[in-house]
Amino acid sequence: MRENHFDVVVVGGGHAGTEAAAAAARCGARTLLLTHKFETLGEMSCNPAIGGVGKGHLVREIDALDGLMGRAADAAGIHFKLLNRSKGPAVRGPRAQADRALYRRAVQALLTAQPGLTIRAEAAEGLERDAAGRVVAVLTGAGARIGCGAVVITAGTFLRGEIHIGETRQPAGRVGDAPSVGLALALEALGLPMRRLKTGTPPRLDGRTIDWTALEMQPGDAEPEPLSWMTDRITNRQVACGITATTPEGHALIRANLHRAPIHSGQIQGVGPRYCPSIEDKISRFADRDRHQIFLEPEGLDDPTVYPNGISTSLPEDVQRAFIATIPGLERTVIARLGYAIEYDHVDPRALRPTLELRAVPGLFLAGQINGTTGYEEAGAQGLLAGLNAALLAGGGEGQVLARTEAYLGVMVDDLVLQGVTEPYRMLTARSEHRLALRADNAGLRLTEKGIAWGLVGPERAARFRAFSAALTDALARARAEGGTPAALQAAGIPINQDGRWRTLMEVLALPEVSGEAVAAAFPWLRDLPSGIRAQLEAEALYAPYLQRQAAELRLLEREERASIPLGIDFTTIPGLSREMQQRLGAAQPETLGSAGRVAGITPAALAALAVHLRRQQERFT
Amino acid sequence: MHTIFALASGAGRAAIAVIRLSGPDTRTILQRLAGGLPKARQASLRRLRHPDTGETLDEALALWFPGPGSYTGEDSAELHLHGGRAVVEGVSAALLALGARPAEPGEFTRRAFLNNRLDLTAAEGIADLIDAETAAQRRQALRQAGGALARRYAGWAERLTRLLAHQEAAIEFAEDGLPNTLEAEVRAAGATLAAEIASHLADGHRGERLREGLWAAIVGAPNAGKSSLLNALAGREAAIVSARAGTTRDVVEVRLDLSGVPVLLADTAGLRETEDEIEAEGVRRARRRAEEADLVIAVFAADAPPDASTVTLLAPGTLVIANKTDLAPAPGAIGGIVPLAVSATTGQGLDALRAALAEAAAHRAGLSEEASLTRPRHRAALSEAAEWIAEAGRAPLPELSAEALRAALRALGRLTGRIGVEQVLDVVFGDFCIGK
Repeated sequence: MRENHFDVVVVGGGHAGTEAAAAAARCGARTLLLTHKFETLGEMSCNPAIGGVGKGHLVREIDALDGLMGRAADAAGIHFKLLNRSKGPAVRGPRAQADRALYRRAVQALLTAQPGLTIRAEAAEGLERDAAGRVVAVLTGAGARIGCGAVVITAGTFLRGEIHIGETRQPAGRVGDAPSVGLALALEALGLPMRRLKTGTPPRLDGRTIDWTALEMQPGDAEPEPLSWMTDRITNRQVACGITATTPEGHALIRANLHRAPIHSGQIQGVGPRYCPSIEDKISRFADRDRHQIFLEPEGLDDPTVYPNGISTSLPEDVQRAFIATIPGLERTVIARLGYAIEYDHVDPRALRPTLELRAVPGLFLAGQINGTTGYEEAGAQGLLAGLNAALLAGGGEGQVLARTEAYLGVMVDDLVLQGVTEPYRMLTARSEHRLALRADNAGLRLTEKGIAWGLVGPERAARFRAFSAALTDALARARAEGGTPAALQAAGIPINQDGRWRTLMEVLALPEVSGEAVAAAFPWLRDLPSGIRAQLEAEALYAPYLQRQAAELRLLEREERASIPLGIDFTTIPGLSREMQQRLGAAQPETLGSAGRVAGITPAALAALAVHLRRQQERFT
Repeated sequence: MHTIFALASGAGRAAIAVIRLSGPDTRTILQRLAGGLPKARQASLRRLRHPDTGETLDEALALWFPGPGSYTGEDSAELHLHGGRAVVEGVSAALLALGARPAEPGEFTRRAFLNNRLDLTAAEGIADLIDAETAAQRRQALRQAGGALARRYAGWAERLTRLLAHQEAAIEFAEDGLPNTLEAEVRAAGATLAAEIASHLADGHRGERLREGLWAAIVGAPNAGKSSLLNALAGREAAIVSARAGTTRDVVEVRLDLSGVPVLLADTAGLRETEDEIEAEGVRRARRRAEEADLVIAVFAADAPPDASTVTLLAPGTLVIANKTDLAPAPGAIGGIVPLAVSATTGQGLDALRAALAEAAAHRAGLSEEASLTRPRHRAALSEAAEWIAEAGRAPLPELSAEALRAALRALGRLTGRIGVEQVLDVVFGDFCIGK
């Protein structure tokens, strides 16, 4: 029998939607996932890779909360690389290139195995709200009314999506898929602040027509580092990528045809990301460069398609074909699918609460590109948070957020809901002011315990985590208790400054001139630790002096985060706030004094006025 | 967390200056400065000495308020000094040497709020006060050595932003084919910058003496009678007065003494579009002077319609004058402000104008940070920035270097305004072709 009531309905089956649906179901909510097609669940629409610097941090955080992305990437990965290996652990970024078909299959298998989750290939066309404005049902294209406690919309680039290739344009959500006009109209009817963005993708190449012998090849890491903490070993065959570059001849060709590029002809109005410029942008903005590197990434083990990373373009078909032929190794290459730019609507994320619920529409959550972000990892992380909160709301529980001090996910959501976006938002480690503490290697230590409390984490991970955590606590205690005088350490083979000061092992590990290997040789119990635990000790030791200096500042921040601003406050009624400050705070609607201080342009005077007002409110109610 | 201090009494020539301290190190600082901890909440007479030189700074009243029962909820103290500039400067230098830092606008209030100690009866108008303090500090920085100092700080902040941006690019986009000399360049440029800031700190700021008192600027259309007004107030022919529009091409300054507070009154070139290059420079200076001034006196001729470009300069607090009331009656309001009717020729309304100036001067004296505190504030921020840049150069890993450069930028940002991650990213994407 067709069930027509669920706790949570998730609309959209991309990276945000699948994480949202799985998270809600893990929390025990009876969940329905509505998608256009079952076969495209978990589709990688752009480059076939997961992770990187900043993005890899997000994947590990999703994984620490028992999400799908890390496990699916490990099941599908065919080329792994730990970026920034020569730098410190805080900025190392795990990355995997995936076989697109295997990735889809892995996501679909995880979803199918998830208890409490129903999937239907049906379009969402409308929303129903009760008298109080709360969302109570989703109306589908098939004419069904599905009652629910909360809805998560993850529409990606499908809202008024329009694809540009040279002078031609066509409405679409992704090549081959129709845009979601009905859903866009339903959202429009809610009166949400909409903006327009654009992004682009390169042409796909037929790998059988690439002259690989002419190219430099780059293998992945010899020992692949999994993205998920639950993966012990990568079993897929691993493949190499090719490296080539653009040529002056190709640059001249693009320059001669710039006027036909939609971004230059004025056909595109949306703002694109600066960190992912099209090849026509690169050539016009950095005119002095005569070559740009291209990575040729295989899209699958049994799929000849190749993704040429670095040459996203929306130039007309004839220019794309001529341009590809100017690239060494690609002289006779056949284009399997043209590159294109896509413009789409997104909601100004300042309309959201930090739980990703719309402030104006109780019960409606948004996640992913619809919030102005770009990237699978950004989308997946938001999806997980939105799914969690939708499940909590439907179950009558309290919303949960992550702070900037706890997770990149917290940094991203705080940036989105307070500052809004001016270009598609991408995670960068530079965005975190607590970068040394928020590492890809300690995501579990930061988040898994919370995930267990929220009901997100399954018993298998919980048991494994608790064992690890207990072993780490023991090892840390031992490394803080044991140590030696410089003379004793020197005698044990550790080269150290003879200043007579007795040091703990943690202090010894913090010294830049001392290698972890030398210490482990002198204290063999370190060598016997599971490798993950020793790496934790070394990372903690390395950054401890810096983290200690930030500790006082952090405590101050935490106190400011505890000073909450009542929801729906009218900033124009607060005495002492200038009109400009009222507008800035009104647009961002911060929920704590700490977040008010982070709104761009807020002055110390405005914060003081706000503090006085909050104090006065407290006075009134106590 | 830092221990902070600020002058709690108004500036000017008061008999007593009060410095307030708050933060975790207050107890140790007080012990070392006053040779022991006074009884809690009781005024005791103490000899204050510099902790390094042992030199006596003042015989002062010291009060010790242990937290959490204090104004801010933290350990705090008050020092009641003999109010000379030299004494305040000496004690601030000693506090800096003991590790305290001059407070930023609003910092005491913020701490009091977080510790649930904000006194609501004292909180009235606190935002206005902080705004005024912030604006006064900004103007003071603009004015120093003709704005040269502000420009120098801004230049340093820009270079530091670039250093951090390049360091961040090397961390974030290592795969994007960035120049492999990048990190070495960051280190070299950092060393140069730190050395430059250090030598600035060492040279004792020759030629950067602050000019104190109330800064007032007279602005208005050509021939509104600005110079006549200045002369009437000064009681002498300080500015050349003529009936030809555009006579005053530079800024003419007169020093007045109004009830003990010095007032520096500046007459500026009339605001108008002009092809005469020298006069155009005069107009540019006039606008800048208006921006630097504590008080803008906008002069309109009563016998002509209000000049539009002067009206654009009107802001809350501007003193609006309708001059030449011997020729025509003053209008009821100009730009929504009721003008003061004055005739520089007959002397009508001049006393009211002097009174208004004296009131503005007294108000500002209550707000301003004395030169003796401005300098320590700048020194504290600059030396902190220089130390962090030097630490970045020694850092064994790129992310630690970035961490130190971020701290340096935060310190410098206390003088130039906060520099956020978006500005750093702007430089990253402007300087490098990033994105695969």
